Order: sequence, then C-alpha cells, then structure tokens
Amino acid sequence: MNRVVVTGLGCVTPIGSTVDAFRESLFSGNTGIAPFTTLPGAPDSLPANLGLRFTHIAQVPDFDPKQLLESSVIAATDRTAQFGILAARQAAQYSALSRHHAPDQTAVILGCSTGGRTTDETSVANLYTRDARVHPLSVVRTMSNGGAALISIEHHIAGPVLTLSTACASATHAIGLAFHMVRSGMITAAIAGGHEAPLTFGFLRAWDSMRVVSASGCRPFSADRDGMTLGEGAAMLTLETLDSALSRNAPIFAELVGFGMTADAHHITQPAPEGAAAAMRKALQDGSISHADVGYINAHGTGTQANDSTEAAAIHQVFGQRAAHIPVSSTKSLHGHSIGATGALEALATVLALHHGKLPATAGVTDVDPTLNLDVITGAARDTTAEVALSNSLAFGGLNAVLAFRRY
Amino acid sequence: MDSTAERCIDIIAKSKSVPVEDITLDKTFDELKIDSLDKINISFLVEEEFNIEIPDEALGTIRTVGDMVNGVDKLREAKEPSSTA
Repeated sequence: MNRVVVTGLGCVTPIGSTVDAFRESLFSGNTGIAPFTTLPGAPDSLPANLGLRFTHIAQVPDFDPKQLLESSVIAATDRTAQFGILAARQAAQYSALSRHHAPDQTAVILGCSTGGRTTDETSVANLYTRDARVHPLSVVRTMSNGGAALISIEHHIAGPVLTLSTACASATHAIGLAFHMVRSGMITAAIAGGHEAPLTFGFLRAWDSMRVVSASGCRPFSADRDGMTLGEGAAMLTLETLDSALSRNAPIFAELVGFGMTADAHHITQPAPEGAAAAMRKALQDGSISHADVGYINAHGTGTQANDSTEAAAIHQVFGQRAAHIPVSSTKSLHGHSIGATGALEALATVLALHHGKLPATAGVTDVDPTLNLDVITGAARDTTAEVALSNSLAFGGLNAVLAFRRY
Repeated sequence: MDSTAERCIDIIAKSKSVPVEDITLDKTFDELKIDSLDKINISFLVEEEFNIEIPDEALGTIRTVGDMVNGVDKLREAKEPSSTA
C-alpha cells in the first residue's frame, strides 16, 4: 500500500482566503464569527427583524467572485462552488498537481451537504412570489457536485470525480475516501475537501427553529456553552503518494495515516458516544497508530450541550486515563460550522498544527466545563511536538468520520 | 429611458466585468469572449430586462451585439408595437 501525504493546501474561509491568512488567524485566535448585516442572495438591506434568536454567523468577508473567476464560471455556479473552485486552485498550484499526475490517475473527492442554496432560495422565492423566470443555469448552479465538476474541468482531472453528502461529516468522509483511493493504488493523487455556502435566510431560520444555535457565538466545551455558530467556506488538500511527492521534491505538510467511519444507528439528531468512539478506534487501527502517539484532537466541538458532552465521553471511551491529558480544541470557535465543508477546514487546521508544531486554541471559552474532564486548549495557541492528531466529524444522522494525520 | 442598445450593452458589460466603452454594436460575441455559458446567462438577463422570450432558433443566429439588439427590438415591437419608439 502507498503512503499518502498532503502536498497542497487551499482555503476560502471566514478567517482567511489564503492558507497564510488562515494560519495566522488560527494561531492568533482571530475569530471570523461576528454580527451580520447582509446575507448572500438577499436584498442589500435585510428587514430589521429577521425573526432569529441569534445575531452571529461566520461569513467569508468581502467575497467578490468577479475578481477571481471567469464570467462563464460565475454564470454556471452558486457561491458554494465558487468557494470550492478557488480553494482547489490554491491547493493544485501549491503542488503543481496537474503537471505530475496523469489525468485519469487523479481524483476530485469533495463534501457538500446543502448544494447551491443561495441560487435555490432566491429563485424559488421569486418563483412563488411573482411567478418569475427561472435562470436556465439553475440546475447546474444548485447541484451539489457542480464544484467538483468544474474543478475537474479547470485542472483536467479525468479520474473519479464525486461529491459526498453526509451533513457535517461530508468533507471528512471525502478526504478519507480519497486517502483510501490513493493508498490502495486506484489513483496517484486527489484534490479532497469540501465547500459550503449555507448562510441563506431560509436556512438560518431552519437552524434557528432547531434551537441549537448560540445567541452570540459558539463556545465549545465551555461550561456556559449554548450552541453552534453557522459558517461558510471551503478548504482543499492535495493528497498524493509519498513516492510521487519525494520524486519531485514536493512540499509535504503532513502524512495522512488513518481514516475511520461509523454510524451510530441510533437517532437522527441525538449523538451516541459509542459511534464516535468506534470511528476514532477505526482511524487508529487503520493507521496502526499507538494511542500514546496521539497528541492533539481537533474536535467536532460544535458548542452544543449534546455534541460536546457526547464527544468528550467518546474520547474517554477510546483513550481511558489518557483522555484527560490529550490537548483538544474546536476551531469552529474561529471559523464557525460550515456544515459539509467544516471537516475540510478542520483537517486543514490539523495539518497546519502538526506542520508548525502549534495547537490552535478554542476561542471564546473562559471556563471549561469540568464535567467533560478534557484538556481543552484555551487562551493562546500551544506549542507541541505531537506525532499524531485526529480530526473528528460527527454529523446529524449519527454519521461519524475521523481522520488521523502524522507529522512528517 | 436608455435605448435597447444601451441596456443590452450594460447587461453584457456587467456580466463580463468589462467597461461599457469596450462593447460596440459591431463586436462579435467571439471577440468579447462570450462563450456558450455566458450566452445563456446574457440571454436570460436580456429576457428579464425587456420581459421578452427569445425563441430557441434565434439564439443560434446571434453573432454580434448588434444582432442581439435588433432581435430584442423586433421582439419588443411584436409584443408592444410602440415599445421601441
């Protein structure tokens, strides 16, 4: 089996639309969560009363696709795919991907849960309220795999190209699947990650109705946590065999060594610790990783009561007495929860943590919930010599996916 | 109100992110780098702007900005005989 390494990175996020900017925010704790005044696809000035219980989201600031994409690509895409295309462009350039891998030996495997919501919501609202025309590119703008398809076209990637939809674990599943494909020899390289643009009025109201969104910004693992904060964006990793990376002196940011996935088979929204624990165990087994080597967990850490206590219980089930001594953080406190993309943003954060020997803190937390009994990183980023880090994603539907990265 | 030509040129300029001055009636879509997706998008925006429906067979015959403007004027005239006056 091939060893698989990360040789390219890219992102468009609320805390940076270059990897350098993302890294700077990640380690200095600059959050992208803020009060909002506009939403994509909405009129310039929103109604004074949106009927939402929350005021904060994490938006990609000052995003202007016209500065970055061709008009024909903009015409055929929703905001979600635009994020993905731009993040993939960075990841491919980092690693000069297309010059070194055969088109049919390269893949694009992405996560996207909600499709082209901005397009969908705007056009459906106009259709119902004034019998408006529907844009002839609405179908391609709204399909979840639009981003993956256009990335394949731009980089002439002609192997497997697909988009997975597993809610909040979509991108983690995508990266894990791409990892197994490269490791097995099915392909030699992949762009893997996720993109999502879910911050539409209708979707925010839908989340608000579930009463799981924090009124003022998520505080994962905090004693006073009161919910998640929605975000948007994209992140991409270039994965390839270690042999190909070494043969051309590519930059290597980390090695991807394990992937585990399970389902709780329990409840559509209420998580169960056994499923998450099993996914972590499978990731460790998959990478032949000693528990003692795990020196960081980038948690799913949404900031809801249910997720954080369940995830803490799962970490204790897997690591026993070591659990309380493994540094844990949730970078959702910085970039928000971007649904199908969030696993990619967190995988990027995990790779950067290992590569730079620095663990990002959980922002906004003053008092860690003592009942969780975890070493939650708060305040400033922490120096580390961790060998292995896990990145957890625990989705609605009880779907769990865990990646294990090793410092290279 | 601006003329049909001015309104069509404005739509093309915004869609292609190019200055209005760069677009003249004699310019071909090829010269303006308007590809098939651009054409679909611009046609939709023109239909919206003038509340007209461009027939499928007409779409294939549009080669220049002037072709589009003339076609729009004909459709407007057919719909409301005084609209292009």
